[in-house]
Amino acid sequence: MFELLGIPPQVLLGQLLLGLINGSFYAVLSLGLAVIFGLLNIINFAHGALYMAGAFVAWMLLNYLGIGYWPALILAPLIVGAFGIVLERTMLSRLYHLDHLYSLLLTFGLALIIQGLFRNYYGISGLPYQIPAALSGGQNLGFMFLPNYRAWVVVASVIVCFGTWFIIEKTRLGAYLRAATENPVLVGAFGVNVPLMIMLTYGFGVALAGFAGVLAAPIYSVNPNMGEQLIIVVFAVVVIGGMGSIMGAIVTGYMLGIIEGLTRVFYPEGSAVVIFIIMAIVLLIKPDGLFGRPA
Amino acid sequence: MAMADKTTEAVAVAQTTGMPRLHKIIFSVLLAALIVLPFVVYPIFAMKVMCFALFAAAFNLLLGFGGLLSFGHAAYFGGASYIAAHAAKVWGLTPELAVLTGTAAAAVLGLVIGALSIRRQGIYFAMVTLAFAQMVYFVALQAEFTGGEDGIQSVPRGDLFGLISLEGNIALYFFVLTLTFGGILLLYRIVHSPFGQVLKAIRENEPRAISLGYDVNRYKLIVFTLSATMAGLAGATKSQVFQLASLTDVHWSMSGEVVLMTLLGGMGTIFGPLVGAGIIVTMQNYLATFGAWVTVIQGVIFVLGVLLFREGVVGVLARWLKKPL
Amino acid sequence: MIKKLAISTAAMAAVIGAPALADITVKLGVLNDRSGVYADLSGEGSVVAARMAVEDFKAKDKGITVDIISADHQNKPDIGSNIARQWYDVDGVNAILDVPTSSVALAVADITAEKNGVLIDSGAGSTALTREQCRPTTIHWTYDTAALANGTGAAMTKAGGKKWFFLTADYAFGHSLEENTATVVKANGGEVVGTVNVPFPATDFSSFLLQAQGSGANVIGLANAGGDTVNAIKQAAEFGITQAGQKLAALLFFVTDVHALGPQTAQGLSLTEAFYWDQNDATRAWSKRFMDTHGAQPTMVQAGVYSGTMAYLAAVEAVGSAADGKAVAAKMKEMDFDDPLFGKVKVRGDGRAIHDMYLFEVKTPDQSKGEWDLYNQISSISGEDAFLPMLDECDFTKK
Repeated sequence: MFELLGIPPQVLLGQLLLGLINGSFYAVLSLGLAVIFGLLNIINFAHGALYMAGAFVAWMLLNYLGIGYWPALILAPLIVGAFGIVLERTMLSRLYHLDHLYSLLLTFGLALIIQGLFRNYYGISGLPYQIPAALSGGQNLGFMFLPNYRAWVVVASVIVCFGTWFIIEKTRLGAYLRAATENPVLVGAFGVNVPLMIMLTYGFGVALAGFAGVLAAPIYSVNPNMGEQLIIVVFAVVVIGGMGSIMGAIVTGYMLGIIEGLTRVFYPEGSAVVIFIIMAIVLLIKPDGLFGRPA
Repeated sequence: MAMADKTTEAVAVAQTTGMPRLHKIIFSVLLAALIVLPFVVYPIFAMKVMCFALFAAAFNLLLGFGGLLSFGHAAYFGGASYIAAHAAKVWGLTPELAVLTGTAAAAVLGLVIGALSIRRQGIYFAMVTLAFAQMVYFVALQAEFTGGEDGIQSVPRGDLFGLISLEGNIALYFFVLTLTFGGILLLYRIVHSPFGQVLKAIRENEPRAISLGYDVNRYKLIVFTLSATMAGLAGATKSQVFQLASLTDVHWSMSGEVVLMTLLGGMGTIFGPLVGAGIIVTMQNYLATFGAWVTVIQGVIFVLGVLLFREGVVGVLARWLKKPL
Repeated sequence: MIKKLAISTAAMAAVIGAPALADITVKLGVLNDRSGVYADLSGEGSVVAARMAVEDFKAKDKGITVDIISADHQNKPDIGSNIARQWYDVDGVNAILDVPTSSVALAVADITAEKNGVLIDSGAGSTALTREQCRPTTIHWTYDTAALANGTGAAMTKAGGKKWFFLTADYAFGHSLEENTATVVKANGGEVVGTVNVPFPATDFSSFLLQAQGSGANVIGLANAGGDTVNAIKQAAEFGITQAGQKLAALLFFVTDVHALGPQTAQGLSLTEAFYWDQNDATRAWSKRFMDTHGAQPTMVQAGVYSGTMAYLAAVEAVGSAADGKAVAAKMKEMDFDDPLFGKVKVRGDGRAIHDMYLFEVKTPDQSKGEWDLYNQISSISGEDAFLPMLDECDFTKK
């Protein structure tokens, strides 16, 4: 039988698929970060905390109000997005004229606060959230057993990523947005409400994080630390893709998920660091990232 | 404009020719206070503050005076603490040699990583340094001699120069005081040397510095290495104080913490990092009983600091006094 | 600062002056995780348990004044050792309780020996506490990785799980748990067909589980803890691994973890614990009181803090002072304890507390009659069988 480095092909195929599933989370999260950075020049360190908040909101909707998974998939991102808008209006909007460093530090502080509060009220063991009935069970693909829910994660993330890319790169609204970041004064002079657009963009980017959180809730435990572990990796994804590049963030997200998945087979101990090695190499060879435009 | 240029020149001249009187007074008062301190507060706590003060001051050399935001300074701090702990425990070196070994290791690490990173700017520079720091963390986690998540424990305090026992907290305190205060004075000297002036010129206007004929990359590499070395000195000293080197020292949140200290105290000021380190360490120490609320309180300080006191504590003071601190 | 100095001298004076008077002052420090992964299984609950012990010991009536303080070591050895040092040097603490996370426990054990206090560890699992790094002042109360391996490993191998595949958290604790279990598996005629080292902490285990599935093993040993184990079990159910016939062995798992997972996902899981709230009338009565204050059922770690504190106070009463940690620890090793929660307990010369351990199986959702009705007891393992034999060089009663 054909084997690659001692790994049978069906095992490899299974691992590739799993990598793609993990990549879906990276893609949605890094997409949100890239939208916020590309259009607002803000490095949103609170992204991981808001992803966690998305999962918690889904859990709360179910346990306090009896609202299930499907409505939560829409509601939770809206709630998280609204919360993001409050943060943008009250705090972030005061920092636009300053160095990137300050927004990074502010959102880092916000992340600490959000995580700390959830930790105080919900403990750390994690809360259970069941897979929706319609997606329980799975398919036997021959080379592996694919849970239906995981397949749904890939589909949902592809739809969201493509939709976002389309809006920003191909529609009139997207064109306004891109123009507003290049020259806010000029766009404002054309009668476009620039601050409103910026506010909604941040809300949208943050809502993407909340969406990823709801997607993650049934497979990982809903846990105050779930974002903290992810945020640094997602940052690396955005940087490798090229800061602010929408396409870069999406493609790199999926790609790195797959590379990480393969590392788990060949050198599992290294799977936590492989992304950073790639990031260092990419930045040294192609400083603006794989898809970034030169600054 | 011309006026401003003249005053900066005047300050620059004053700074290169000697320490301003105000700074002399502050350093003297600080030294006097530090000599009395171990008899008033718990010496180990005081030593921790001093180690972090040096760490923040070293970081500030790079950020505040070099204009380079490194997000991976834990690599040098923690790397040095592992090497120093290993040198003292396994090789049986005396404390001063162990610290020296750790510091030297940080210098080499800083030189290598610096050479690779300084070609990038802004957020990319921060990310490259973070990437390398994550690799150092990975080595600390996987390598045999670092002891995984146990770290290197029970590092002997040993005898200074093989003669003076550092078992007692007070003896150790004065050893640490000499190292950290010496380190901070050295950093002060660097900042106010002609080299420091060139650094400021590069920070303010890099193309202009290049057109004036300065080899900007060489200057950046030197300041990066110096900063890493001094961060290493702080880390190596810390491992002798706590008799422990652990993953905490190389974790990325340590890199974040030193940014917080510097920012809170006032970046680009002389005394800011010291004040910032003092506040953060004290807070962590006395709020420990509040459990999970510590993170929340720290977060609130971050947010308020960024929104209201971007110049930092010392920065605000300096503006009131209209004197550089 | 001056005020602080005054307090510390007062504390010192109290400690030094104590033996001369009839009344004894004891200061206990509960050092554990109050915000991280072990906060639910130790945390504030352990402080509640320690307070209950002081109350039940009727310390006041016996002329013993007990003061309890607590702090969060955040699972970091540097923070833990810093607090321990400060407690002994400044706050006049006599004994430190709980201390989960092996790396922190080992650091605190060293400082405790140096400062002549007592460490009564309930939360940490490393066997090194009473072996490679044994100290005369260390008492290891509740469990260790060897006891868990002897419980779960032996039972599952004997029940036909001969081929094991380990998912090991890639740090010292995970490796030692794997090593202990592998030894037990082999001693019972089983074999280890594979191991994968999983970076710690991890959220996604699917890739590793798939490797375990492909290995042809009948038992997948989870040599990890806390959230990692919870995620691994959840995902094993999701990928149909348990349905396909492979069994999971959670090598370190607590009742709070099972509670978080729910019986739907955790059913059929085998695990070893030293205590379960629903074992007998005494444990039920005590747990009810605990539940009323704390709002959750006690874990074995919290129960261990209670019973360890009772034992410690009895030894302090017998010695007549808490000032000399070595003497109190030596006294604890002479005494016999009969405790409502752990039954008969004997502390060995190396500081290992010997008591029975129990093998449990998680109930199915149909069997479970309440939120906390989670375990069926399968068997009990006597202390002599559960724990490793004592190393001669660690027998401090001989020295």
